[in-house]
Amino acid sequence: MTDDVLRVKNVTQRFGHGDGAMLALDDVSLNVPRGQTLGLVGESGSGKSTLARAILLMRRPTAGSIEFDGADVTGIRGRALRVHRRRVQMVFQDPNDSLDPRFTVGRSIAEPLVAAGMPSPQRRERVREALDQVGLPASSLERYPHEFSGGQRQRIAIARAMAAQPEFIVLDEPTSALDVSVQAQVLNLLIRLQEETGVTYLFITHNLAVVHHIAHRVAVMHSGRVVEEGTGEQVMNDPRDPYTQQLLQSMPQLYRT
Amino acid sequence: MSTETDVLRVEDLTISYGGAPPSVKDVSLRVRAGEIVGVIGESGSGKSSVALAMMGLLPDSARVDARSMRVAGDEMRDAAERDWAEVRGVRASMVFQEPMSALNPCMRIGAQIAEVLRIHGVADRRTAQARALEILELVRMPDAARRMSYYPHQLSGGQRQRVVIAIAVAADPMLLVADEPTTALDVTVQAQILDLIRTLRDEKGMGVLFISHDLGVIGQLCERIAVMYRGRIVESGSAARVLAEPQHPYTRALLESIPRPSVPARTPLAVIPADNDFDDAPAVLEEAS
Repeated sequence: MTDDVLRVKNVTQRFGHGDGAMLALDDVSLNVPRGQTLGLVGESGSGKSTLARAILLMRRPTAGSIEFDGADVTGIRGRALRVHRRRVQMVFQDPNDSLDPRFTVGRSIAEPLVAAGMPSPQRRERVREALDQVGLPASSLERYPHEFSGGQRQRIAIARAMAAQPEFIVLDEPTSALDVSVQAQVLNLLIRLQEETGVTYLFITHNLAVVHHIAHRVAVMHSGRVVEEGTGEQVMNDPRDPYTQQLLQSMPQLYRT
Repeated sequence: MSTETDVLRVEDLTISYGGAPPSVKDVSLRVRAGEIVGVIGESGSGKSSVALAMMGLLPDSARVDARSMRVAGDEMRDAAERDWAEVRGVRASMVFQEPMSALNPCMRIGAQIAEVLRIHGVADRRTAQARALEILELVRMPDAARRMSYYPHQLSGGQRQRVVIAIAVAADPMLLVADEPTTALDVTVQAQILDLIRTLRDEKGMGVLFISHDLGVIGQLCERIAVMYRGRIVESGSAARVLAEPQHPYTRALLESIPRPSVPARTPLAVIPADNDFDDAPAVLEEAS
């Protein structure tokens, strides 16, 4: 039996009521094995970000459950929720969403550790380690986000996510706003961090070629449903679902070869 | 060699701001009628400055030098704003990344297109509405007659970009400059908009200068491409040749940094080193003739 860190079981998310109701997630089930990457591909409105919010326990689903490390976490509150928030971290498309422009880089990276109640000396040590893990010099600690390039800021956001030594990171389009040459650096970094720490990723993107590169398995979402799941090779070379086929057809040739 | 088919011909364009080193240096580009030419570059490469210069839209703080800058048949190197006003939107039009910033949120889209037609003298008050509908149909707006009375917010991102393109081509320009027009769109919608640009080119015979950071998109749409790096064109040639056999070290590095199925999954992608000597490598330019 595989060791799944995350199990999403029949999750449905309905917004609104009656005739105006809209199913953002329609009976979604997914498993993510420990230490691996699940790539979640979809276009705007597919439900991929709603699913991310459900996994982060930011919104309780209308139906279904989220299991983390074998335990149902769907309705947890208080202390249990705080512990869960340390174990599951998030990296956004725009690093500025997780970096306060008025905070030094050191303070931003330390914040999740403060929230987790880590004592100060230990915290300082951990912040330095995290910065080192993403390949930024210790001198970055006292500097502010605006002093860094977009790619460096995404590294800082990744250091912040890694600082709490999470078991799971949700990466929501983490390279979509970056130049391709910078995207390559960030993808390389994410792969290396996973090899070093065994962290599990959910990598959300609209770009099939990117998930084919980084993910062990790929799930395609459309209209709130997972329409296809398989290895990157299966999904790209032998797509079964008509929507996946259309998505592939729409991709520039360069990204299909 | 006839220049009559050229809808854009710029030679040795240099753009600088204040005392800083030029952000665009010695750029030469040529677009013929019916041709789609792509300019590819990453942030800071100068590609958007080139696009804006072609439309006389650079800020006053920019210093523009060129040996020649022929836009839609006219020498615009030393053109004043009132000269540009005669060209812009009529013989040469531009489409930007974000359609919402180009549209008036408080005006029905039919009226917006009609207004442009009247301003450019393409239609009068009596015929403008009917002509606007024709153009909306030309850009394949689904259910065009009904959507004439829609406001921009009632349309999807792809439909809005269709309206922007409708406005751009309303006066039958010889040249369309498109700066990242599909970057904000979903992949399936992007494919539709690229199809539309190709179809309009076929039907109207206009030349297109297409600016993008996306090598895949550029390769898909353009016949010829120019690769910009740090303000210069480092490589140009047919799209097929540049993508299949890149000659300049920057173009090669850029192509190798893209995740593709041919690159083994979960292996390191090529990274462009910060201390590269790409600037020293000679540009690989193909004379289009």
